[in-house]
Amino acid sequence: MERFLRLAGGIAAMPGANIDTDVIMPKAFLKGIDRSGLAEGLFHDLRFDADGRRPDFILNRADMTDTRFLLAGPNFGCGSSREHAVWGMLQYGIRAIVGTSFGAIFSDNAANNGLLLLSLPPSDIAMLSDMLDDGSGQMTIDLERERIEIADRIIRFAVDPAVRQALMQGLDRIGETLTHADRIRAFEQAYFADNPWLAEPSAQ
Amino acid sequence: MSSPKTLYDKIIDRHRILSFGGPEGAGERLLLYIDRTVLNEYTSPQAFSGLREAGRKLWRPAASLGVVDHVNSTAPLREDGKVDAGARRQIEYLVENGRDFGIEIFDVLHPRQGIEHVVMPELGLVLPGLVIAAGDSHSTTYGAFGVVGFGIGTSDIEHLLASQTLVYRRLKTMRITVDGELAPGVTAKDVIMEVIRRIGADGAAGHAVEFAGAAIEAMGVEARMTICNMAVECGARVALMAPDDKVVAYVAKGPRAPSPAMLDRARESWLDLHSDAEARFDAEFFLAAGDVPPMVSWGTSPDQALAITDQVPDPADMPSGRRDDAARAIAYMGLESHMPLQDVAIDRAFIGSCTNARLSDIRDAARILKGRRVAPGVRAMISPGSSTVRRAAEAEGLDRIFTDAGFEWRQSGCSLCLAMNDDMLAPGERCASSTNRNFEGRQGVGGRTHLMSPAMVAAAAVTGKLADVRSLPMLEPL
Repeated sequence: MERFLRLAGGIAAMPGANIDTDVIMPKAFLKGIDRSGLAEGLFHDLRFDADGRRPDFILNRADMTDTRFLLAGPNFGCGSSREHAVWGMLQYGIRAIVGTSFGAIFSDNAANNGLLLLSLPPSDIAMLSDMLDDGSGQMTIDLERERIEIADRIIRFAVDPAVRQALMQGLDRIGETLTHADRIRAFEQAYFADNPWLAEPSAQ
Repeated sequence: MSSPKTLYDKIIDRHRILSFGGPEGAGERLLLYIDRTVLNEYTSPQAFSGLREAGRKLWRPAASLGVVDHVNSTAPLREDGKVDAGARRQIEYLVENGRDFGIEIFDVLHPRQGIEHVVMPELGLVLPGLVIAAGDSHSTTYGAFGVVGFGIGTSDIEHLLASQTLVYRRLKTMRITVDGELAPGVTAKDVIMEVIRRIGADGAAGHAVEFAGAAIEAMGVEARMTICNMAVECGARVALMAPDDKVVAYVAKGPRAPSPAMLDRARESWLDLHSDAEARFDAEFFLAAGDVPPMVSWGTSPDQALAITDQVPDPADMPSGRRDDAARAIAYMGLESHMPLQDVAIDRAFIGSCTNARLSDIRDAARILKGRRVAPGVRAMISPGSSTVRRAAEAEGLDRIFTDAGFEWRQSGCSLCLAMNDDMLAPGERCASSTNRNFEGRQGVGGRTHLMSPAMVAAAAVTGKLADVRSLPMLEPL
């Protein structure tokens, strides 16, 4: 995954509550066996209708050419577990989402792919929102210093240290876990001895 | 003596291989052992490709089962074909991955094919005290068995397949107590919809939720599954209930359950799985079962729901933070504020999904349908939760009740719940649905979903409008 250290770019506000992963990545884009082609699917039914591009949708506006960040409402990414929502976000060019709260599975998926999610207090979100011009603006996220820089303001944030480290260094999660293979094996042995009815799963 | 613990913490403790530190209790980062998983054709492919690229094997292939459910056709006559090229490739790749990695796969024609969260419990693979993580958000369903069940994305599926573990952060706990007795015509679906309405779509975010109370204890295991299944719609990452002898009996019926001798050994330890009396929860919520009415959703988020006897709300009456979302939802749904919900005419009726398509759900709907006909102009479908459920219902003659009423008696799959196959709403079509999500476009672009119990779907189907099931007495016994 691409590392995240410090990044400048455009931010677009999508303030509605409970924007779910069905809306982020509609079902028409879930029929692949690889991760490709998902930039087109991102918010597809908000970006396009039967007549083509919907000019009123924020990401379609002429001034939105370098969107790297979203400003989201509460519980963004709730619903389905589809990781396609996160893959599509990154393929479209979105690298971070700033909001108050996020769907739990969406959060884990984001961390596993290098999409930075920042949970800020509602007062910071309101301030950030006020600094945008008609829902858009330019800002910088500095993950190392854990701060957003916008105009002459600085908004501090805190990210889960494990997530931050992974985003900054791009770790091999599975390889890391498998360094504990002996511990896993030892656990299994004791666990199956304590729970003998589990030792033969899927007995035919 | 150790301090009192919640059921959730007890199960996590038993599955902790090692701790990576962090605070004691909620927030602790640990390596968690995962007992079992179920794989579907649409969230697993990239996980297998990742394993192939890295040259990794499965840690324990017997811990996984693959089931085709999301993209297959549910046409009444079972055939392997009838899917688009993308779906075909997803199904083939699941079968191929099963063969190459040593995992049993239930493909479309398998006699036990069905929706993953219906199939796993009915096989007897969901045993109290387990941790089951799977690539579908409704994996919370397994909580009805005293299982820590939760949904994960594809990267975590790959991690789980390679190591039988997940790097996990311990959740906060919440208890939702439902005391008293349900009124006639009110079901588990109405209880969970009322909980979601009251606490909001993120009301349990970041929490493992334990459901307790007399109303939960009085429910059958399938009704409990409905509650745990849909708890994810209020943000619960895990839903749990203490197992009892009903659960033990349900498990014992499964063809893949432990042997009778092993079940005897397990029973005592399973019935000991409950929160300690003095255990403290980070949050508590109480609901009186007797106050719960039959519910329907009116909006595009599961918390936008009301009693069937209510009216479409007026955003002007709502708190400022919810007004814009409500106005947008009412416009999308093609409704008018103050319109009685029982005046809302429907085009489609659907009974199905991992929430409400088990045998007891089908019986509930059949009680309303027996002796009645689907209203003119309404297309009504039922997709039993699994091929096993379909056969069991047919053995009771329930299929005839549905077909006599004018329902299509279809094959099993996720079907119109998320419309990944050819079961979908046309733009503007309105559906009474026993499913779990009323999101914009969920059942088809521009489609309008009203969530409710299976009996309420049956009532809507025969009246042609959203209807109060209590106004439709059973005409003939089943």
